[in-house]
Amino acid sequence: MNKSNIPEVGANFSEAEKGKWGMVIDQDICTGCQACVAACAMENNVAFVGEEDAGYGRSMHWIRIERFWDGEYPEVKMTPYQPVMCQQCGQAPCEPVCPAFATVHSQAEQINLQVYNRCVGTRYCANNCPYQVRSFNWRDYTDPRLDQALVSLQNQYNPDVTVRRRGVMEKCTFCIQRIHKAQDKAKSEGREVADGEFTTACAQACPASAITFGRVDDPESLVSQLAHKEHGVKLLEELGTLPSVTYLNGG
Amino acid sequence: MTDNKRHFENPDVSHAGPHHKSEEHFREQHLMLDPLPRGQMNEMVMDSMHTTSWKFWVVFVTLSAIVAWGLFYSWGKMILEGLGIAGVNRPSYWGIFLVNTVFWIGISHAGTFISAILRVFKAEFRRPFTRAAELMTTFGLVQAGFSIFMHMGRVWLAYWLMPYPNERQLWPNFHSPLSWDLLAITTYLLSSTMYLFLPLIPDLAMARDKSTGWRKTLYKILALGFRGTEGEWTHLRNAMNIFAFAIIPVMFSVHTIVSWDFAAATRPGWSSTIFGPYFVVGALHSGMGAVIMVLAVVRGTMKNMKYFIRPEHFEAIGKLMLIISMTWAYFFFNDYMVQWYGGDKWTKQLLHYHEAGPLGWMWFAMLVVNVAIPWAVLWNKKWRSTPWIVFIVGLLINVGMWFERYIIIPISLSINRMPFTWRLYQPGIEIPLGIGTLAFFILLYMAASRLIPLIPVWEVQEGQMAHSLKKFGRETVVTVSELE
Repeated sequence: MNKSNIPEVGANFSEAEKGKWGMVIDQDICTGCQACVAACAMENNVAFVGEEDAGYGRSMHWIRIERFWDGEYPEVKMTPYQPVMCQQCGQAPCEPVCPAFATVHSQAEQINLQVYNRCVGTRYCANNCPYQVRSFNWRDYTDPRLDQALVSLQNQYNPDVTVRRRGVMEKCTFCIQRIHKAQDKAKSEGREVADGEFTTACAQACPASAITFGRVDDPESLVSQLAHKEHGVKLLEELGTLPSVTYLNGG
Repeated sequence: MTDNKRHFENPDVSHAGPHHKSEEHFREQHLMLDPLPRGQMNEMVMDSMHTTSWKFWVVFVTLSAIVAWGLFYSWGKMILEGLGIAGVNRPSYWGIFLVNTVFWIGISHAGTFISAILRVFKAEFRRPFTRAAELMTTFGLVQAGFSIFMHMGRVWLAYWLMPYPNERQLWPNFHSPLSWDLLAITTYLLSSTMYLFLPLIPDLAMARDKSTGWRKTLYKILALGFRGTEGEWTHLRNAMNIFAFAIIPVMFSVHTIVSWDFAAATRPGWSSTIFGPYFVVGALHSGMGAVIMVLAVVRGTMKNMKYFIRPEHFEAIGKLMLIISMTWAYFFFNDYMVQWYGGDKWTKQLLHYHEAGPLGWMWFAMLVVNVAIPWAVLWNKKWRSTPWIVFIVGLLINVGMWFERYIIIPISLSINRMPFTWRLYQPGIEIPLGIGTLAFFILLYMAASRLIPLIPVWEVQEGQMAHSLKKFGRETVVTVSELE
């Protein structure tokens, strides 16, 4: 295999087809309560952008609940709620287009990483993301000098997660800080991470347990059994991005 | 001499002349057949450089104020506050900054195109305006650079996109079209600046010999000690020849690579295989319009320019504009046709949105000003020889090409495969910044027109030496001799 010190050149994308960490979202039991959105914002220090910017398409939530009307006016019916976050593609369109290597594939976790301090803000990754799940720091939303209300909010920041400044891109990380914490704990106890030992903030907060997180490369895990259900689909599967998130709908 | 002067200052008088091709007729029509003594021509160019009226300074100061407000103040504010004060949002992550980048690179194209292609093919009508066109390339690229840097979220780290050695062995990602873009634009800026400078050397030497004071010092340094010996001319000609040939593929590559920023992406409406040549032709379309506008302004406002820039030049560029307009229409149709025929549901939705969406008027306006108006006007020899008419056509083409880029970037980005995120784009501080780049372009051009000879005098004189009128019986015939 070609060993190169330029990471992307040496990377073999087909490695990621199986995936390592994955998620299953059961749309049949999702109630659209937005608890996952709130939990994610708390866990990952996602900035609040305010009413005006949020209304203009600048909200920075890493997960959003999509909902549509189906049909023409009198005969409308609602489609199931669809929580969408970064799909952690095995073959991610965001990765090759970044000129600064700020969005790269993690070989250990098999997810897409966003390197905040390497990002120069060309926003090409966000344009090329078919799921439109990347959020950009349009302003210094986290600077307490600009907004007095942020002074007290600073106390609830998660110390495990970087606070981002203006001009950088960010997105769902599958709560990589939780993955690492669980791995460190398991390592110090000389064992593997057990299935269900930890989960992401969105899955933890979901009152209906519609979100399941775990190892998809382990056939025994709950997430992998759910992901292999017959009615499981991936978003925009036809693009060949090999997402790590499976949606269950109409099972 | 007075006789010579009359016919270019008062073209209307001599237009009434007989239809058979007399010597007088040829002289009036063609700069190449209307030689003036060398010294006098040099004086005319120097004179045009030194003559500044109060109107020049009024425009100059106004533009400087616009640049200070639109470009530097607004940009500084945006750097400090973040891109939130611009109009970019999800899903239109790219907005007018990228529109302006593509637009300015397009403008800069025609400079080199006219100069290099016409020099390679030895088109004689190019001689008086190669420099005016080349200047457009360099100054247009400066604005493209401004626009692309404005676009960046953290512009103070822009040097990370350059492959420079560093202790962490971090390199730019050569998979990214933006990295190719940066290299292509840098190459183009450097090579087109050198290509501008080479033919300037003899004129700088001429200016050095004819000026005093700080200007003499300036030209002395810039002219690199050029004295006009046989050996110096040989070297200069060789260098210019190499550059003229080499810069043509560079020019094609630059706009093709700009198009790859879009064509290499997965977005509906962007991933089109014909974008490379389509963008090159689009760039030439707007660039030609810009060249003809610049020439009309230079002829109308600068002293002695009516001798150098004549209706024949507008006529020749007008023909090129007509051909390029037709080529652009062909590529537009081809791009549209294949995307529509592909039947992809997102692409179809996008094409419908272009025409019938909230900014559908822009799509129709683009077709009218890029195709219908040039075709309706430029077929007529008399119209395309009239500076103010072609000025308006050039202006409209530039507006149309700006619309085209606006349709490709923010309008196409408003629609994607996740309908939940669809949203319109409304420009914010992009507008003063865009006006600032336009003002800065004009400002640089105005400054240059007073600092360097805008007409390549030696090139005109060389052409005039090669051309002569011979009489065979009562018939006057133009003869051209090969120079090299």
